[in-house]
Amino acid sequence: MKKIIYLDNAATTKTAPEVVDAMLPYFTEAYGNPSSVYQFSAQSKDALMEARGKIANVLGAKKEEIYFTAGGSEADNWALKATFEALKDKGNHIITTKIEHHAILHTCEYLEKNRGAKITYLDVDENGLVRLEDLKNAITPETILISIMFANNEIGTIEPIAEIGKIAKENGILFHTDAVQAFAQVPINVNEMNIDMLSSSAHKINGPKGIGFLYIRKGVKIRSFVHGGAQERKRRAGTENVPGIVGYGVAAELALNTMEARIKKETELRDYMIQRIETEIPYVKVNGDRVKRLPNNVNVSIQFIEGESLLLMLDSFGICASSGSACTSGSLDPSHVLLAIGLPHEIAHGSLRMTLSAETTKEDIDFTVDKLKGIVETLRKMSPLYEDFVKKQK
Amino acid sequence: MYSEKVMDHFTNPRNVGEIENASGVGTVGNAKCGDIMRIFLDIDNDTHIIKDCKFKTFGCGAAVATSSMATELVIGKTIEEAMQVTNKAVMEALDGLPPVKVHCSLLAEEAIHAALWDYAQKNGIEIEGLKEPKKDIHDGEEEEEY
Repeated sequence: MKKIIYLDNAATTKTAPEVVDAMLPYFTEAYGNPSSVYQFSAQSKDALMEARGKIANVLGAKKEEIYFTAGGSEADNWALKATFEALKDKGNHIITTKIEHHAILHTCEYLEKNRGAKITYLDVDENGLVRLEDLKNAITPETILISIMFANNEIGTIEPIAEIGKIAKENGILFHTDAVQAFAQVPINVNEMNIDMLSSSAHKINGPKGIGFLYIRKGVKIRSFVHGGAQERKRRAGTENVPGIVGYGVAAELALNTMEARIKKETELRDYMIQRIETEIPYVKVNGDRVKRLPNNVNVSIQFIEGESLLLMLDSFGICASSGSACTSGSLDPSHVLLAIGLPHEIAHGSLRMTLSAETTKEDIDFTVDKLKGIVETLRKMSPLYEDFVKKQK
Repeated sequence: MYSEKVMDHFTNPRNVGEIENASGVGTVGNAKCGDIMRIFLDIDNDTHIIKDCKFKTFGCGAAVATSSMATELVIGKTIEEAMQVTNKAVMEALDGLPPVKVHCSLLAEEAIHAALWDYAQKNGIEIEGLKEPKKDIHDGEEEEEY
């Protein structure tokens, strides 16, 4: 197989070998059900506790505030639907943004259509940042929940979470944040930032797929989402995914220990890549905030070409990336995030996201940008939009 | 996701480019939806044979491949024969397309028709079965609800 340059770490990451090693005994040796009485199960029970502690440590939270789920989408669904159920007598208004992940947006649409919820979808500025004034103005006596993502999965913009948390607290409103892209990638403290609920997923931080958690601050009123056994303090039934949880704990610990160095390295490579693309390819726009940005996120719109073609050509060189074009979303519209930051459709169709990992090297970046230059040239030669543009210039 | 034929026509597209003083030019689709196809035809005025056909396309892999295949299918044909090159014929020649990409093949058919329409307008002739091209190829398409 030819060399793969994997630049899609916001989609998923390689499971770290240390994580796999830590998980394996819980399949074939310590496979006992943590809920059982006999001593054999104690190993599984202890392993859960240990993992919970490692994860809570990343957030400055308490062990018992971590509730494992099957992933980030379940955590988002839970936070929204169960909070709405629990507080609907108090009010029916939820505030979120136009750039959330679909796990939030489609859940909000469901609550709107079927449960009588009123949802405010806040606009963002051209860099994808929520305006705090807009948030304050959107609050009504009916507002029961604010759900704003920690960092955007497409353009990497990091929202002013501490300020949002402060506003929520001052108004006595619960604050949930989808931190799937931010957990253990950037510093988070749920107490300092006044976060009441937080969603995360293991496979974004070199953990296994199929395991996530919802942090729920002690004292927050929320209903169970999966009913059944008494697992997860009766709030999320179902026999625990012990190997997954163990893997998640190890991944979180690793990510926390390497965070500082990783942020430094990735930020340098990220900015190097953006700078090369901007100086060497004409008619390119960088999407997202340049500073308040995930360390591993590069997102550019390349004018006059379409994202899927770009991805297919990059793929032919073993480069894995993603795009917000319609053709990659299965609908006719390009990414809702790119439209929300004000990009015209045709520019949104030409977006390219490349997300780095700790393993990405400068050579990988150079190879990718070199290939990208040639690809852009080929596709522009083929593009009627470019032809029209060039003719207009003359 | 794509057949080998589609990938072949995407990676090595045939007949990319423009024809200067083309007999007919047709552009369909729109940038909003992410695909635009422009077809250039060189038609012999006496025999009505399509001597050459070139394209430019802004769009996904399927859009490029269907344009490329469509040009191959019409070169050497008379106008009447070219009218028989349907989106189905283009798709079959490419060993099929994923369901979400069927509209790309429609775009190719429309682009050929639009170029023929342009030729007919310029030369004051009528081509049997040819209608004025649609302004927006996606008219009438609806997105599925989840």
